[in-house]
Amino acid sequence: MRQILYSKRLAPYLFILPFLVTLAVFWIVPIGRSFVMSFQEVLYGQATFIGTDNYERLWRDRVFWQALYNSMRYMILTIVLLVPIPMVLAAVVNSKLGNPRVKAFFKASLFVPALTSVVVAGIVFRLIFAESDSAMMNQVAEFFGFGPVRWLREDITGLVALLALALWRWSGVNTMYFLAGMQSIPTEYYEAASIDGASKFQQFLHITIPNLKPTIVYVVTISVYGGLAMFLESFMLYAGNSSPNNQGLTVIGYLYRKGIEENDLGFASAVGVVLLVIVMTINLTYLIASGTFKKEAA
Amino acid sequence: MTTQRTKMSALVAGLAVASLAACSGGGSGEAAPTQNSDGSTNLSMWTFADVHAAYYEEMADQWNDANPEQEIRLDVTVYPYEDMHNKLQLAVNSGEGLPDVVDIEVNKFASFVKGSTPPLVDLTEAAAPYADDVVQARLDLYSKDGKVYGFPTHVGAFVAFYNTELLEGAGIDYTTIETWDDFREAGAEYNAATDKAFGVASTGVNFVEPLITAQLGGEFFDAEGNLQVNSPEVVEALSMEQEMQDAGAISTIPGGSPDSEEAFGAINNGDYAAIVYPAWYTSRFVDYMPDLEGNVAIAPAPVIEGGAAQTIGGGGTGASVPVASPNRDLASDWLAFAKLSPEANVAVWEVLGFDPVNMAVWEDEAVTMNPDNKFNQYFQTNLFDVLNEVKGGIGHLDSFTDPNWPSVDNTFRTVTLNEIFENGVPAQDALDQTQSDLQNELGQ
Repeated sequence: MRQILYSKRLAPYLFILPFLVTLAVFWIVPIGRSFVMSFQEVLYGQATFIGTDNYERLWRDRVFWQALYNSMRYMILTIVLLVPIPMVLAAVVNSKLGNPRVKAFFKASLFVPALTSVVVAGIVFRLIFAESDSAMMNQVAEFFGFGPVRWLREDITGLVALLALALWRWSGVNTMYFLAGMQSIPTEYYEAASIDGASKFQQFLHITIPNLKPTIVYVVTISVYGGLAMFLESFMLYAGNSSPNNQGLTVIGYLYRKGIEENDLGFASAVGVVLLVIVMTINLTYLIASGTFKKEAA
Repeated sequence: MTTQRTKMSALVAGLAVASLAACSGGGSGEAAPTQNSDGSTNLSMWTFADVHAAYYEEMADQWNDANPEQEIRLDVTVYPYEDMHNKLQLAVNSGEGLPDVVDIEVNKFASFVKGSTPPLVDLTEAAAPYADDVVQARLDLYSKDGKVYGFPTHVGAFVAFYNTELLEGAGIDYTTIETWDDFREAGAEYNAATDKAFGVASTGVNFVEPLITAQLGGEFFDAEGNLQVNSPEVVEALSMEQEMQDAGAISTIPGGSPDSEEAFGAINNGDYAAIVYPAWYTSRFVDYMPDLEGNVAIAPAPVIEGGAAQTIGGGGTGASVPVASPNRDLASDWLAFAKLSPEANVAVWEVLGFDPVNMAVWEDEAVTMNPDNKFNQYFQTNLFDVLNEVKGGIGHLDSFTDPNWPSVDNTFRTVTLNEIFENGVPAQDALDQTQSDLQNELGQ
């Protein structure tokens, strides 16, 4: 016993054991089960093997493709918005501009949305984007001379509401990531650049962004996953999983509808497996293309 | 040093074991009935409507008065509609965390009786003492293979609610509206005179569509259970509504259906003058539209001349007992009393304002004409006068009991009705598309 506990070779494995066990119990086993269930028809206490029937139905299902399109669109637009905007915000916070106290307050308030519950935020955004002309966004629209807009009943305006929610909620978190990245860039680089006569903008372009690459890769990777796995925001904004013409339905929303609302867990498992494959394909391609797996060339 | 280390490892190991035990706790087979020291039994219940909770508590009190040796302590939890059904679906699949009694809405019910071993108790025996007085069609809604799995709350016959103040202002007499053609003409006239909406084209609920389809003698499924949402009758029903919309007689409503918070505000505001909805909508007027008190008349729903039925039951809630409940026998007996007994059916009207399934109550004028009743005070006409008028013509749509009805209902509420009423897609095209989508979804 003593020998095992004090063995230098075994110790590292012992230390990571809790993580491995959690990973196996809550991740690998469920994924394996889902994979098996995706080939079954699952009813209360009965599971029948039905081959690839679930996948064939999925392939022909217009609603699934719509949900996938919605998720992809959301994922791409969140990356387009949630990489540059927080990066600029982080640069502002990191710069010598302004009073440090004001900036500390700014930094803290940016982060607050990430701490609020999506459920509460979704309900508040639903009220902000309500149809009636007394709702907040319609008053804003009226101020600019158009509207009332039926925000959550039209495809594009509904997407705008979802993106506004995402931007409000995640800007702060991404800003923190970028800020951490920026603070680890040695100041000598900037000093050398300014001696050579580079402008602030040139410094941002040629020093900050290249040195932020690992952070950018990380943020994009989690945004791909986060965007494709988005569910709660849409669920709360539309007060449930049903939106006009399924405009707010995401892949996870569809999985939830089939599995939980319509009790077709086999089919829902097939949706989950397909989503896993898509996310892994996009992320692995991206990580390989961005050179993350290569040994540091330095 | 060494002893400290040993102690620490022991502590860590202990914590790990404890947390694992905590995860697996609770799942130790069938529990025995749970009785309190005073002999009463705790029954937990889930529902999705506040008003239902008040009603069940009233019925628990009445049961305790009549059965002192079998007292129950009812604990009702109200969840939002979708959440409750999703929570229930997860619970029945895992077999844990279930209540003793649960309200299941009719459009969700079929999911819970899929397969050959439904997770709900067969209530046929508990229903037996009351079965003769109850509208059989409403029990059939919650039955499968001859077994009753849920008890109905109301008939939910479709009626029409007219805002007489607004109609008189436009010179329209609602009593002349008998058919859908009359309804369309009156609506067009009202719309031309006031530039306001008359009736409602719902995109978020699929209610009036089954009504007109049943009046035309159609179904959403054929006798073998094959989907036929583009059958001539369904197409005609939707085309009729589309014509009404074009004529200005019906319009879409904020919130997508009359039964939503945004719509309550709009109707209360006088933005809509005519609502064709199941009789239980009385409770929404009384609870959420206080400004209209005294201005609303109930009348029979518009019909098709020479149609197959005058009206049908719409919506509904079946109360069931999960098999996993340790108190299932007592729960079943109480539930039968709470939903089917004559006392219960009086309470259904007095507390909820619904049209009870026990039709004997419909003729009991002491109950139906009671001047102190808040529903009688609110409306200009008496609901039961209207109900008794159409009583012989209450038809039934078999499609409601089809196991695939939830999928049809869902697609209509999210896609089809939006395409027709919001995007102006012709009814035939929208229904052909729905037919092919659903055929794929259902594997037909």
